[in-house]
Amino acid sequence: MSHAADLPVWVAVLVSAFLLLGAFLTLVGSIGFYRFKSFYERIHAPTLGTSWGTASIVISSMILFTVLQSRPVFHEILIGIFVTVTTPVTLMLLGRATLYRDRSEGNPGVPPMDAPLSGRRDTERR
Amino acid sequence: MRRLIPYPLMMASLLLMWLLLAGFTVGQFIVGIGVALLAGQGLAALHPASPRLRRWDLIPKLIGIVLYDIVLSNIEVVKIIVTGDRRGRRAGFVNIPLELRDPIGLAILSVIVTSTPGTAWMDYDSSRSTVLLHVLDLVDEEAWVDTIKDRYEFLLREIFE
Repeated sequence: MSHAADLPVWVAVLVSAFLLLGAFLTLVGSIGFYRFKSFYERIHAPTLGTSWGTASIVISSMILFTVLQSRPVFHEILIGIFVTVTTPVTLMLLGRATLYRDRSEGNPGVPPMDAPLSGRRDTERR
Repeated sequence: MRRLIPYPLMMASLLLMWLLLAGFTVGQFIVGIGVALLAGQGLAALHPASPRLRRWDLIPKLIGIVLYDIVLSNIEVVKIIVTGDRRGRRAGFVNIPLELRDPIGLAILSVIVTSTPGTAWMDYDSSRSTVLLHVLDLVDEEAWVDTIKDRYEFLLREIFE
């Protein structure tokens, strides 16, 4: 980019740091996706990319364009919000489908429908 | 006034989103208000339940706690993946009873649990009101139950119920 040369050094360092952090988290998430063995473990790895991976890249973009255009630029935050809010929808669909399949096939390691509860049910708090 | 602005919070967010995308000018502000009014009428035709926020003041606290926890669990999951260490780590399910009944509160809890690496919301049983989570590093089951119930559910119940 032609404007990049006009950037103050501290901005360039800050933007690169956030960008690299986001890219690193997303890369590690993808590696984990490959390395984990079961479906239930695998769904955890890409969360790195959808949480701080996205947030970090969004922050670096906000800093860069706020400095370049000399006015606050915030609209990237919408990307972060929508990624965060829509991820559970896909995850629940995939999770419930897999649970249903594993339960009907009787695969081991899957809790039954009436699995025992972990922890307390405290009604006195209310 | 209630007929014109049925969902003030949603319409204000829509206006803010419009201004963020189109730029903060007077012209876009007027167009944004028009869009928010139209969308408000459209949403009113669907009759969704209007959220009742009891404790506004606790929302920043919840956001702060969640962002902090997401940073910590990012570090934890990166460690697990990079070291590839399987000794002492056991992934598994926890079935947690919930007192939270508010649908919007539950939706927010699912967003929190999902966006925290290492925990995934698998299933919610509305007849028993229990939630089935999958946890990547289930060393201390009680600690996870306490985290969900005391850190998130307690605050969500204060805010919504």
